[in-house]
Amino acid sequence: MTFKLATTAMVLLATAGTAQAEKIKFEYWYGLTGDLGAVVAETCNRFNASQDLYEAVCVGQDGYEKAVQNTIAAFRAEKHPTLLQSFDAGTADLMLSGEFYPVTQLMADTGVIVDWADYFPGIANYYSSKSGEFFSMPWNSSTPVYYFNKDMFAKAGITEAPITWEGLEAALVKVKESGAACGLAYAPSSWIDLEQFSMAHNIPVASNNNGYDGLDTELLFNTTLHVKHMENIQRWLADGTAMLRTQAAGKTARDSFVEGECAVFFSSIADHNTIHKLTPTFAWDVQIIPTYEGVERTNTVVGGASLWVLSGKTDDEYKAAANYLAFLATKEEQQFLLENSGYIPVTKSTYEALKAEGFYAAEPYINRDIAMKSLTWTEPTELTRGIRLGGMIQIRAEWLAEVEAAFAGQKTMQEALDTAAARGNELLARFAQTYAGKSFP
Amino acid sequence: MRRAYFKFSWIAAALLAPQLLIIFVFFYWPSAQALYWAFTLEQPWGGGNTWVGFDNFRKVLSDPYYWGSVRVSVIYALATTVLAMGMALTLAIFVDRQLAGYKAYRVAIIWPYAVAAPAVGLAFQFVFNPGAGIFSYINTIAPGWWDLSKYPWQAVTAIVIAGAWKQVAYSFVFFLAALQSIPRSLTEAAAMDGARPLRRMIDLQLPLLTPTFFFLLVINITDSFTDSFGIVDTLTGGGPFRATDLMVYKIYADGFRGFDYSGAAAQSIILMLLVMALTFVQFRYVERRVHYT
Repeated sequence: MTFKLATTAMVLLATAGTAQAEKIKFEYWYGLTGDLGAVVAETCNRFNASQDLYEAVCVGQDGYEKAVQNTIAAFRAEKHPTLLQSFDAGTADLMLSGEFYPVTQLMADTGVIVDWADYFPGIANYYSSKSGEFFSMPWNSSTPVYYFNKDMFAKAGITEAPITWEGLEAALVKVKESGAACGLAYAPSSWIDLEQFSMAHNIPVASNNNGYDGLDTELLFNTTLHVKHMENIQRWLADGTAMLRTQAAGKTARDSFVEGECAVFFSSIADHNTIHKLTPTFAWDVQIIPTYEGVERTNTVVGGASLWVLSGKTDDEYKAAANYLAFLATKEEQQFLLENSGYIPVTKSTYEALKAEGFYAAEPYINRDIAMKSLTWTEPTELTRGIRLGGMIQIRAEWLAEVEAAFAGQKTMQEALDTAAARGNELLARFAQTYAGKSFP
Repeated sequence: MRRAYFKFSWIAAALLAPQLLIIFVFFYWPSAQALYWAFTLEQPWGGGNTWVGFDNFRKVLSDPYYWGSVRVSVIYALATTVLAMGMALTLAIFVDRQLAGYKAYRVAIIWPYAVAAPAVGLAFQFVFNPGAGIFSYINTIAPGWWDLSKYPWQAVTAIVIAGAWKQVAYSFVFFLAALQSIPRSLTEAAAMDGARPLRRMIDLQLPLLTPTFFFLLVINITDSFTDSFGIVDTLTGGGPFRATDLMVYKIYADGFRGFDYSGAAAQSIILMLLVMALTFVQFRYVERRVHYT
């Protein structure tokens, strides 16, 4: 509620801004909505109150997708904001267009100091060029984990949350045998089941090191362990170990978990805060996403969104934006975000400081930093830096539609993934043709 | 037939100009832009495009899933039109016969037209939700029978019902107006000849309604091709496995979500041609049976 008041106050301030015309203003469009949108608006208020040189004018755009869509439309009309919060899947086009101001460059040009080496490699690599220059500023970051019902696990005699798929399957079977209605609440997610799964197993999603090394990339996920994994999930759905829980099927996986129906569900660590707010009546905890036995686990990568500085603005606006970004990177502001959401710290120093203060030892933050463990399990390899694919949003949609068709029994999982990969390859070829002669910086 | 001839007049041109300008800015210009994009590969952030000729069309038309999308769009358009016009006509006849409470109905039935499509979709989500909606009662009798996320035909049925519900109001207004413009003397004469209400409806009212009927047919079909986006987006999201991926929804998904502006532009052109062709067919073959008085 205080956020809502604060947002209103901010709007009033923005409209009454003529009185303080000496401040340098810059516009920031963000995608987060609801409570999280209010957190973004509040960071702007905090920034504006913290100094009197610059003013951030922050405008919510009702979702990441819309934020990018609206910014593209505005950009073509030269009415775009200086700063854009964009999700990872929407940025391949932006990267190749070159219509952005790499934040490393921005900070160097404006003389604002940010300690780039302090960023976790799993986060830094995702948002930077091959030469290590940051394209965009990491901010709200997450990685997937699984949430489990401790009471249901205890009743089934499981003392430790497994970190292998074999172990998890055995646990789910035991949970079912102990009389629970449902083991795993499953909702297909390309981000978790395909992308992060491949990261943790150090297997490719696509050729060219997941697209980093060129645009002539082809999808490979129909040839890797991913197929076996999806077949396993299909088997669990068939024998009742897992149940499909999606919005369209009537109940989301998270709702099913919070109601105590299913013992396990997979989601972003960002849900940690949400589940606390939904106050389930049982004890619960989180665990890193499992890997298959015999596979050497590697790091997962960051999800969420980052902040992009767009081209075509004045030096003053850039200076203002640079100061806002540096402000967000401070320990205080990271902690503010952490306390009001389920996101994770992006710099090592902040994480260490929080740990030393006992931040993660107290409710409601206990064990939330398991995400850090997953993210920093190993140094990123060629295959676990991240994914650079054009048309990623459509590729995800193809994957989802095909996997659903396989679950419905229309085709085998292998056929489904082959089709998804083939259709995805057409999208990639189109993307390469659109940006002929270019490559990811 | 006599024709009227008008001399060119600057006043007439000036009076027409604002309207023509609006049509140009909001219709011809975007259409021309879409047509241009359909033959190129457009980079979303600007920065140029490459001419690819008919490549975009070839890609779209050789995609079996696209034809699935065309098929379900046609089914959706026909089913919503039949359902919406059928319901609208029935309701209009009842209101026209001035059954008890008809004044309240007359107002109430017009309301749905003012509801935005996404809101309709959301409302019907509560109706059709297999876990918590009205239809979930079916699942308490036959568990798992009703599941929009599993059975394509159920998802299609759901969007057809939601779409038809939204269009009933519009057709209703026109049907009612048309019924009320039928001279009372005709109905009374028929009644005196011993024709009962049903007979009067079939032999008198319906034939006199054909112009309205034809007009509504064209409008409804066009509308259901182009205005279904909001309902699909909120109710099914194009699923399960593309079963409700209507053409207009696919254009949105590819163009705006996937940043494939050129592919979406090509699909828009195809959709435009399809709607034009259907309208042409209606004027060519259906209008013959229409008797204007």
